[in-house]
Order: sequence, then C-alpha cells, then structure tokens
Amino acid sequence: MKILVPVKRVVDYNVKVRVKPDQSGVDLANVKMSMNPFCEIAVEEAVRMKEKGGVDEIIVVSIGPQQAQETIRTALAMGADRGILIQTNEMVEPLAVSKLLAKVVAEEGPELVILGKQAIDDDSNQTGQMLAALLDWPQATFASEVAVANGKANVTREIDGGLQTISVELPAIITTDLRLNEPRYASLPNIMKAKRKPIDAKTPDDFGVDIAPRLKVLKVTEPPKREAGIKVESVAELVDKLKNKEGVI
Amino acid sequence: MSILLVAEHDNAALNDATRAAVTAAKAIGGDVDVLVAGSDAGDIAKAVAGIDGVSKVLHADGEAFAKPTAEAMEALVLPLMDKYDVLMAVASTMGKNFAPRIAAKLDVMQISEISAVESADTFVRPIYAGNAMMTVQSTDAKKVITIRPTTFEKAGDGGSASVETIEAPSGPFKSEFVSEELSKSDRPELTAAKIVISGGRGMQSGDNFVLLDKIADQLNAAVGASRAAVDAGYVPNDYQVGQTGKVVAPELYIAVGISGAIQHLAGMKDSKIIVAINKDEEAPIFSVADYGLVADLFNALPELEAELTKIGL
Repeated sequence: MKILVPVKRVVDYNVKVRVKPDQSGVDLANVKMSMNPFCEIAVEEAVRMKEKGGVDEIIVVSIGPQQAQETIRTALAMGADRGILIQTNEMVEPLAVSKLLAKVVAEEGPELVILGKQAIDDDSNQTGQMLAALLDWPQATFASEVAVANGKANVTREIDGGLQTISVELPAIITTDLRLNEPRYASLPNIMKAKRKPIDAKTPDDFGVDIAPRLKVLKVTEPPKREAGIKVESVAELVDKLKNKEGVI
Repeated sequence: MSILLVAEHDNAALNDATRAAVTAAKAIGGDVDVLVAGSDAGDIAKAVAGIDGVSKVLHADGEAFAKPTAEAMEALVLPLMDKYDVLMAVASTMGKNFAPRIAAKLDVMQISEISAVESADTFVRPIYAGNAMMTVQSTDAKKVITIRPTTFEKAGDGGSASVETIEAPSGPFKSEFVSEELSKSDRPELTAAKIVISGGRGMQSGDNFVLLDKIADQLNAAVGASRAAVDAGYVPNDYQVGQTGKVVAPELYIAVGISGAIQHLAGMKDSKIIVAINKDEEAPIFSVADYGLVADLFNALPELEAELTKIGL
C-alpha cells in the first residue's frame, strides 16, 4: 500500500502573529516557519503504519514556495520515502489545493491519503474533505485512532461531546486530530539520510489546475482587544463582585 | 437569495447553535429554509418550524441519518443545492465534516467559521487562532458557509414555517457509522453553558478536577480544560477549550490554574466576564481577565466552594 501525506509550511505555532499596519495581511517577514502541527501528526501516523508493515511507500507532497522543500525534508527525516513540491508563490486556497492533490493521487495511486485536519494559519479545515469529494472517496475526519485491515479503515473520530467510530472503505481520506499520536523528533542520521531522498519539482501548471483565488481578502485586522480588569484580594471579594456587581452567579 | 441551513441536533433535542445560524442567515437576507436530517426527528422539525425567521423546514428522515456520515449528507444535500444560493451549517464537528465536501462538489471555496456577516457576499472570519480577523468577499456564484455559533445571537421563537417531508437517501455509502461514546454528564454542555469553569496544568492531576466539579455543580456550570491539561492526560479531549478544542462564550468563564496560552485564549476570549485564579501574578491570563485572583488554587477553590454555599448556592 502507498500512502500520500500532504504537508503545509506555516508560521510556527509558538509565534504570535502581527497584523500589518496596512491591513493587507499578517507580517510573515523574518518569522519562524514550521510544518503545520496537524500535518506532523499525519506524517507520524503514516510512518508508524509503515513500521508495522504493509506499507510500501510514503510520498509527501507540499504546495508552496521554494522553502516548502524544508518542510518536505522534515517529513523525509521522520521516515517518509520521497517528496513532491508543487512550487508557487501565490496563496493557494483549500479548493485549489485539493484539486492539485486530486491530480497527484491520480498519478501516484495511493490507497490512503492522510492529512492534518486544519492548517493553523488560515484555520479553514477543508482540504481533506474537499479532496475526498473530488475523488469520490470516503472520509474519516478528526481521527484519534486508526486501524487498517481487510480493505477498510476503522477510525475513531473526535466529535463534539465524545468519540465516534466509523468504518470506511479504502481508498480513503483520513484527517488527523491532536491525540492521534505524538510526532517523533528526527534523529541526526535520519536528517542526513533525508538529504539524499528524492524530491520532484512541479508547478500548478504541470497539472493544469487553475489556482486563482475565489475569495478576495478585503482586509486583515486585529481582533477586538480585551482590557485587563482588576485584581481582587480574596475569594469573598470575588464572589461579592460576581454576585452583586455583575449579576452572573 | 435563498439559503439552505442545516439544523444541528441529536434527534432528541435541537442544538441552540441552529438558532445562531438562523440569525447569521437572516443577516445575509432572503428566504431561510432549514433542513432537518435525522432519524425519528419529527419533533426537531416542529421545533425548527417555530423559530422566528425560518421560511420552510425540509425534513428528511431515515436510519442513515441517525448519525449521518459526510457521504450520507452529501447524497442528501448536494441535489437540493440546485435550488439554493447559499448552504449554511454550524462549524461543529458535524458541519465541519460535511460542508467542505458539498463545497468541492459545487466547485465553491467554502468560507469557514464566520464570526460576522458584512453583506450578502462579504464575511469576517478569525484566522491564526483568532489572533487576526480576515474580511473576505466571495466571488463564487453559490456560497458554502459555516458559522461560529458563539458570535451570533440566538433567534427566538415566533415563526410558523411549514414542514415539507423529503426523501432521505438510504445508501449504502462508502462509510458506515459503527459506534459512539459520548461523555456522560448531568452538567450543561460546554458550548451551551452559561457558566464554564476550566482547569489547566496547575490542577496537577485529573483527580484534582473534583475540586472544579463541586463548584460546577453549585453554579450549574460546565467543566472545561486547557490543552495543557488535556495533553497531560488529566481529562479527556472533549473538555478542551481553545483553538484546537471548543470555542465557548459563556456569561462567566472561570480559568483556574491556566496560564493563558494564545491557543487557549482563542477559545474563550469572547466570554462576557472572565475570572482568573492563578498563583503566578505574571500569567498572561490576567491580561484578559475582568477579575484576577492571585492565589494557590488548592486554597482558593475550597474557599470559593464555601463562599458559594454561604450565598445559598
């Protein structure tokens, strides 16, 4: 079985982003970039499946600028076998991303595509579901446990209020939630080895996909600020304020 | 403009988030039809028909919709979209699951988790875990939108829409519901509770959450947690409030032993009143709290319980 894992290069999750004064977006100059945390979980899950056996190859694909190659290298160092970089400096929306990925799936023929449930930059939470729709494959989103056997995947999903288990026929799309696994750190020998693994360079034009955005960004602004309130000296004072001043208890 | 809104419910009760979605739909303008897809969900359809602003209720009932998969929802919703300009759903795990599937089939770029409607084609949505707000204009002819329910008022009753029964596709689909394990609690649900009390890493263990449970019972509050507490294994993931968990906006939010990481603030900063109890007076949570108490939570929580008992709670 082949597994395809799409990964995205995003602002590191520890960075507090700043909105540009001209409201055109957030300031990405000199900001630390990393692999989207949910994508890391997706890579880890694929590597664990390969370690258990039954997986021949893990292909990692990223859509983004030249530097997205580093993100692919990270995945290769974690244990993926080869990479595909679809290079563009344009902002690519989830719909266009899923169209590109559908073409890659058609070329590579994986039985499983594992993606992060959302990217922590645009927080859209769409790409996996859209790819499933374009391929007419079943989807198992927000996975916290995956078991593949007999041409099916049993996936436990994080849903509002608890957990749900569904069974999907392969080929299928799985999107990862936080508790699925804890991604490994790549070892130095594996980082060195990853440098020799192949990465194919492509462009959106190679796939004949129109990536023109459908949403026009009119402005990006700071969220309304919350002012710090007061410090209370005791629990009794706190309860008094909540009851008599605010009327919330 | 005609809008198809998908109701959020569990076949037994209508989720109030549906009412927030009706308000968002009304802000776009035009007829708002609501789809109730379920199993034995006749009472839900009736309840939805009574919401102010609903033009018509479409009721599809079938076994596959007791716990519908995204594939079942696609089979039901996609053909209906011939007649509608907008598909709207709540950004719940249900809506997040099926809505992008429909959007891709319609060749439309979904607008996820909007927090405000500026006009019929322009919307505001949080990005970067709520650290920035993006205003976008959709150029697609049809629109697929999910809404963040905490930022819209809940539409009240007063409507008398007709209920039309439509056929529910029966499958088989490529995915199948197997089982569900819902957290059992007598307390209100996190996203619906008027008061939420959450614990963080400072709770030190899952057992210590019992200190929060007692106060939650007194206040009829829901209990939440920070991601740090969930990652440490103190409580299950469905307790998690934050960017990667649930977004809540109760009237009162009490953060106990929570430092206030960006990821947590994204999930609770729209609460009306925020109280922080933390022994570190430099904790970032205090910068968003209306009332801060610098104290050891293991002293403060029993005191709080006693004070609440004193005022008859």
